[in-house]
Amino acid sequence: MAGTRGLRSSRRALRQPSRPAPRVSRRRLAGVSVAQRLSGRVHAGAAEVSVQVRTLDELLHAPLIADSELTTQEYLVNMGPQHPIAHGSLRVVLRLDGETVKHVIPVPGYVHRGVEKMCEHLTYRQIVPYTDRLDYLSAIMNNWAVARMVEAAAGIPTNYRIETIRTIMAELQRLQSHALWWGVTGMDLGAYTAFLYGFREREIIGEIFEETIGARLTMNYIQPGGLMYDIKPDFAAKVKKLLPYLKDCIEQYETLLSGNVIFQERLRNIGMIDGARALALGCTGPILRASGVPYDLRAAEPYGMYGKVQFNVVVGAVGDCWDRYYVRLEEMRESIRIIEQLIDNIPEGPIATLRYNDDIILPEGLHYGHVETARGVFGVLAASDGTSKTPYRLHFRSPNFNNLWVVTAIAAGWRIADFIAIQSSLDLVIPDIDR
Amino acid sequence: MNATDIQPPPTAGRVWQTITVAQRAADSADENLWLTAGYFLASMAGVALLLSFLGMALIYIERKVAAHFQCRVGPMRVGPFGLLQTVADTVKLVFKEDFVPRMADRWLHMLAPFLALLVPVVLLALIPYSPAAQVADLNIGILFITAIGGFGVMGILIAGWSSNNKWSMIGAMRAGAQIISYELSATLALLVVVLFSGTMSLSGIVHSQESGWWIWRGHAAGLCAFLIYLVASTAELNRTPFDIPEGESELTAGFHTEYSGLRFAFFFLAEFINMFTVSALTATLFLGGWMPFHIGDWSAFNASMDAIPPALWFIGKTTAIIFIIMWFRWTFPRLRVDQLMHLEWKVLLPIGFANLLVASVVVLTNAYPFPVAAP
Repeated sequence: MAGTRGLRSSRRALRQPSRPAPRVSRRRLAGVSVAQRLSGRVHAGAAEVSVQVRTLDELLHAPLIADSELTTQEYLVNMGPQHPIAHGSLRVVLRLDGETVKHVIPVPGYVHRGVEKMCEHLTYRQIVPYTDRLDYLSAIMNNWAVARMVEAAAGIPTNYRIETIRTIMAELQRLQSHALWWGVTGMDLGAYTAFLYGFREREIIGEIFEETIGARLTMNYIQPGGLMYDIKPDFAAKVKKLLPYLKDCIEQYETLLSGNVIFQERLRNIGMIDGARALALGCTGPILRASGVPYDLRAAEPYGMYGKVQFNVVVGAVGDCWDRYYVRLEEMRESIRIIEQLIDNIPEGPIATLRYNDDIILPEGLHYGHVETARGVFGVLAASDGTSKTPYRLHFRSPNFNNLWVVTAIAAGWRIADFIAIQSSLDLVIPDIDR
Repeated sequence: MNATDIQPPPTAGRVWQTITVAQRAADSADENLWLTAGYFLASMAGVALLLSFLGMALIYIERKVAAHFQCRVGPMRVGPFGLLQTVADTVKLVFKEDFVPRMADRWLHMLAPFLALLVPVVLLALIPYSPAAQVADLNIGILFITAIGGFGVMGILIAGWSSNNKWSMIGAMRAGAQIISYELSATLALLVVVLFSGTMSLSGIVHSQESGWWIWRGHAAGLCAFLIYLVASTAELNRTPFDIPEGESELTAGFHTEYSGLRFAFFFLAEFINMFTVSALTATLFLGGWMPFHIGDWSAFNASMDAIPPALWFIGKTTAIIFIIMWFRWTFPRLRVDQLMHLEWKVLLPIGFANLLVASVVVLTNAYPFPVAAP
């Protein structure tokens, strides 16, 4: 575990919610390696997560508590599908008692498009553009998951130039995604200026993408066996000019929000989730790392050029909103470090090892490829019959779907405003949930 | 205590005489009733003009301040220097569909924006803009302001309750708790100034600051009262970081979720006018209002300060406070409800009481750095 930063000083007493979430101390987690826990030999905390399968209808029409005239009455409100916090079309039904959240019922499905079903009629090349419409803030990284899956299954080689450009682009996109997330978090907590600052950085990085790829949002750039377009001659110069600016921006972020006492009060000790619980819920990405589990696919299972560069896996201590905030901020610094190490010598070579119209037929069986996106592990699982150019069945393992359920696990007992902070710290992208 | 009873200290340069419009009207009542009626109409027209001017100007200023804070170009482009931005905003608001939710309490829903706007308009008539421009100077000015100021929450409560929307209702409940709580701290801070100046009349308070403003002549108590009043009145304004009744990311828009078009504009107009009255009051109470900057018995310096018209002094001080409140808004995140209540009841209120004690000691021992007019 490289570079664990002690992110917090817990001098202040923890503010407990009225129904405290079970917490696992760091001591209990110590001594169990992540690999062990991931391999299933240690089911840490699995017993604590009780899964109760109830239909949506049952949840929504469960009796509201009004036992006697002395108690208050619970009520249901819809947060979404059209609500500023929804960040898309996500409906979350809150069961409230005054301002206290009693129960959270996420109702996804408003942007369901049947992408996985559509992909069964598409060749592997054609699947790529669909992945960047899932999590449009990690488009390039999502492309890479398909590319990794196909390349590993069909044995397609790549070269250093392809992998270097892929890594740089993915890290740029991570910076872009985290910058936007930072702004949106600020806006959710009432600091509207932060939103526009985050957007400003996002647009500046977007211009670099636009020059190379021709798109700003849904960029299908990484293809199985290579890249769609080669970088422009001044790409490296432009990125190198951008990096110091982004460093300044992160300092500005710290000044504007991180140092603000109100902002810290809003995030510290809010919405704790411990590592075992986060693992049991299938969380990945900054949410898992904020809970103290140093699992980052880029370090645990290096792909691209990640095995050849120095970077730290940033982890938090308590797994509250502040840790999730700070892990992402630190990750931006690490992304800048990664790009700095790669940008100076992008190797020469072809940008694709296949011709674009080469048919790819995967061998019979299940094939899986995954990458670490800005929000966690994005995986592609394809079943191939060994004869068809299209997958027999395709499934996306999207990080946001798992991350969403953190809300149900931890939001009960907090107030509405804390719920906003929690959901904002999860950094959800809704189409990725609904697929 | 009447304002004219205060004798300026002998060291001050010019003798300022306040004549309010109400006084002029009363003086002329015996001779010429038409003149009285004229004064009456003129003051009404003046307040109405000021209201519309402030509405336009403050929206413009807010947009410009926000644009500069946020690196935006929009409000710089519409018209020269973005001057037409307010016009564009107004036209857009006027042409928006105006609706009342189906199950809402229709009449209360339509009444609420007017109630919200009522308070700041009444307060506009009390503010001493300059010795010659004040509509009425009540001898219970401060008392009247606190009494009327608390009425503003009515509009918000009615708006939230009548909207038939749970988010609006939560916003209204929050607003009720917040505004009524912070009223206490604001009043305590006002009392400090009343102690210092020995009068509740607003122009009397301005006159009492002839040899120095209360923010620095009241020692730490004056500064502390100023800060408490600034924070508490920002909370009463429902502006960030205390905009939890709106809380647009939590409650969609809080108490005005169901308001559109002009009715929504009324709420915003009320907020902006309120911001002006709060800033004007802060300037009047702590920064000397229209009174130029005087230092004790430096007669040459004081005379040169007197050369600047008092109205300009007033505008300058008020604008500075308005800018500070806007600065809050565009940099601070929002507090949570319990944090807000914690700040008021466990921080500001005890400090306010202690401050009042300290101020009374200062007044009793007559420990001012500069001579004060004996009240």
